[in-house]
Amino acid sequence: MRILETEHLTREFGGVIAVNDVDFHVEKGLVTGLIGPNGAGKTTLFNQITGMDRPTSGRIVFDGVDITGLPAWKISRMGIARTFQNIRLYKDLTVVENVMMGLHFKVGSDPFRHRFSQAIRSYVFASRENREVYAKAMDWLSFFEIDEHAQDFAGSLPYGKQRELEIARALAADPKLLFLDEPAAGMNPAETAHLMTVVDKIRKLGVTVVLIEHDMKLVMNICDSITVLNFGMKIAEGTPNEIKHDKGVIEAYLGREEEED
Amino acid sequence: MLNFFQLILIYAGIYAIMAIGQNCITGYTGMLSLCHAGFFCIGSYATAIMCKTFGLSFWLSLPVAAIATGLIGLLIGIPTLRLKGDYLCIATLGLGEIIRNIATNLNPVGYNSIPRASLFGYQFASRNKVAFIILIWAFVLIFYVLFQQLAHSRLGRAMIAVREDEVAAQSNGINVTKYKISSFVLGAAVGGIAGCLQTAYTLTVQPGSYTFMVSVMVLCTVVLGGMGNAKAVILGAFIIQLISYLPQLTGLTNVIPAQAKQIIYGLLLVVMMLCRPQGILGRDRFRYGDPRTRREKLHDFFIRPAGKAREARHENP
Ligand SMILES: Nc1ncnc2c1ncn2[C@@H]1O[C@H](COP(=O)(O)OP(=O)(O)O)[C@@H](O)[C@H]1O
Ligand SMILES: [Mg+2]
Repeated sequence: MRILETEHLTREFGGVIAVNDVDFHVEKGLVTGLIGPNGAGKTTLFNQITGMDRPTSGRIVFDGVDITGLPAWKISRMGIARTFQNIRLYKDLTVVENVMMGLHFKVGSDPFRHRFSQAIRSYVFASRENREVYAKAMDWLSFFEIDEHAQDFAGSLPYGKQRELEIARALAADPKLLFLDEPAAGMNPAETAHLMTVVDKIRKLGVTVVLIEHDMKLVMNICDSITVLNFGMKIAEGTPNEIKHDKGVIEAYLGREEEED
Repeated sequence: MLNFFQLILIYAGIYAIMAIGQNCITGYTGMLSLCHAGFFCIGSYATAIMCKTFGLSFWLSLPVAAIATGLIGLLIGIPTLRLKGDYLCIATLGLGEIIRNIATNLNPVGYNSIPRASLFGYQFASRNKVAFIILIWAFVLIFYVLFQQLAHSRLGRAMIAVREDEVAAQSNGINVTKYKISSFVLGAAVGGIAGCLQTAYTLTVQPGSYTFMVSVMVLCTVVLGGMGNAKAVILGAFIIQLISYLPQLTGLTNVIPAQAKQIIYGLLLVVMMLCRPQGILGRDRFRYGDPRTRREKLHDFFIRPAGKAREARHENP
């Protein structure tokens, strides 16, 4: 079953067509890889889907609902979470507070969407609510084995842990679909290996994962299906094995990497 | 002398209330707004008009002032809060001046001999400063408690997320626009209440007293005390008022010109930016589930610079 589908998705920046008529789809429960050279339009595609940016044309359907052009916060609430290529943590807040932010719409009432009395209760009994949110956040931190850092400032964590914290914060909202934008970028081999176990854990939770990645070993090992972008266009999709032997992909991407080696 | 101390207590209270409002806007949500003089003005005028023209009691005009200021905050906020940083600052500065000009045109001489506030038959006369000190500081206490609770609630946390990173906040399902506007409206309403209290004290309202300088002073108060820290901004209000009454306190009214305080504020801000940009008390950090004891907290606060404390702990456990 397809949990996400884009139809003819296009995004132009002035003259540059960053995403060009892309039909991208994600199967429920699988890990989908999105690869392509730098500037291929992978991040732009993520931004369209998560509502951080509006498509020039085309349609995005998530779980049978057209989400094209909805604001990012609504899309998050519908069950699409993401991390960013340049880590975006609340650096001056503690690790556990970061995850508490991820739980924002999961716990407690929203003063402007629910009955007024409920809003008042959420305000008056904030400390009780906080204890609940804190406990849930700590659960997520232990799931990712970063609970010993709970009281550290997020900005003071080592790079690999910051990536994991960002994933923990995204997962705290219980998403159906998780987008990871180059999670292994800048990680050392040990951190990358650990990341692979993390992605595996997430898959076991039943969350569908879409992964942008440059590390070919990681992509080939971890993904069930791969889509390749080049100059904004989809040039291939299939299983890792099919992609490995696709002529167009080798030319556009893998071939070039081998030359560099 | 005692008189001046009492005056300082009264005005420190009024400015503390305004600063609590400004802190909600700038400290929690991170919006650099410069129109608290405008909100102050609306609150004062609303009270004057309600008490004098409509013959309402002070206690009824208080909520009217708060609601009127909140509504105008909403009107100002919806178009301007799309702007960020310096642009927002300039836009709100302009709007603050517009409010003052409208007030001037409405009634260039202002309002005089506004009826006194009374409580259980007791009349608050300007002579009796102690009664006003109690009244105003009761309000400071109320707003301190309310906003402290706000900062620790879900609503306040969302505001802090917006301050820290808007894009990340959106990805966490936080409706950034909604929280920016609510924070602005709340801050404005509190500014309006400060205006209402000042009117109850002076019993006159003059458009000349809501200049841009007031907005700057309120912002100074917040920056000086510590952004996002309700205790700190109350401390800041005291310091700002002490400086403001320095010539009278030192008995050097003839030597120190009234404008000197503006120079002192400027110098103070420059020194703060250089030596302690986070303000005297720094930002209030809500360490949920912080395992440190009170003593350790004090130690970390005074001995180790914030942020380094935890790292150091992990290096030598
Ligand atoms: N906000 C923007 N304004 C203008 N051009 C952009 C913007 N974002 C991305 N682009 C352009 O779109 C193309 C695709 O970028 P991006 O999606 O970041 O690639 P990738 O993530 O695959 O490396 C690049 O040519 C980039 O310069
Ligand atoms: Mg990218």
